[in-house]
Amino acid sequence: MVTAVTNFGRSGLYDWLVQRVSGVVLLAYFIFIGAVVVANPDMSYQEWRTTFEPTWVRVFSVAALLSLAAHAWIGLWCTLTDYVTPRMMGAKANLLRGVLTCVCAVALFTYVVWGISIIWGS
Amino acid sequence: MGSSAVSDCSPFFRINSPHCLGQSGVITVNDNRPVNLDMTTIKLPLPALVSILTRASGVFLFVAMAVLIYALDASLASEESFNALKLELASPLYKLVIWVIVAALIYHAASGIKHLFGDAGVGETLEGGILGAKIVVAVAAILIVVAGIWIW
Ligand code: HEM
Repeated sequence: MVTAVTNFGRSGLYDWLVQRVSGVVLLAYFIFIGAVVVANPDMSYQEWRTTFEPTWVRVFSVAALLSLAAHAWIGLWCTLTDYVTPRMMGAKANLLRGVLTCVCAVALFTYVVWGISIIWGS
Repeated sequence: MGSSAVSDCSPFFRINSPHCLGQSGVITVNDNRPVNLDMTTIKLPLPALVSILTRASGVFLFVAMAVLIYALDASLASEESFNALKLELASPLYKLVIWVIVAALIYHAASGIKHLFGDAGVGETLEGGILGAKIVVAVAAILIVVAGIWIW
């Protein structure tokens, strides 16, 4: 078995499960936000703010942000390890993939911190 | 993990590894048998297209989320930024941007749900795979058009 892996849960089965659960959480969140927007055309600023006031909406939002980070991390890791490989692009691929993986990690970390500060800070 | 020359150049992988050519002990028989790696001549049946588009839409969504979080920020920061955002979103260009993001989301989610069915063992036959891909395309197309109508 290969153990020197850099995926999310260090096991494919765990990654697979997290990918599913986080996908469903994201879907639920987007349906929720979409329903709010569609049901209230021409919303005022006050109405929009009130939508994010209840604690459960904030918790839901943070859950969606964390799901996004986990989901995209697993998905992008899979994609990068499929395409950015020495076999596909030669000797520099491992370095390049390391750099791209870091870029993804920094971006997702930024999304989470930024999102949480929007949700809880306003 | 693709680091050693041996695994890279094993008979299994060497078809698209020119650097393996001539490596001793690796290529033993019939070095010039035909190899087909011309992507334009490999058929891409509908289920394969649906699959690769799921990946493409996922990568796109990763980038697009920056736009959505930015918009969320602007929408909640203050009444002025909320109104400014509202004005911006009324322009055709921004409507198009939002529609493309929503379309990618709808497509990716439709295909993601297909995956969940697949995980549950539904539609694992060849016919089932083709039907599933058709359903994903049909459902996504309808929802994307509906979303477009709503946005405009
Ligand atoms: C909103 C942001 C989202 C992003 C950035 C995102 C990103 C990704 C990426 C990059 C992949 C990897 C594709 C691959 O391995 O080929 C993926 C796979 C997947 N996504 Fe998403 N996704 C999002 C939302 C969703 C939603 C709403 C669902 C709903 C069910 C979902 C379900 C899935 C599933 C089931 C897979 C696994 C496909 C497989 O096993 O090949 N995703 N996603």
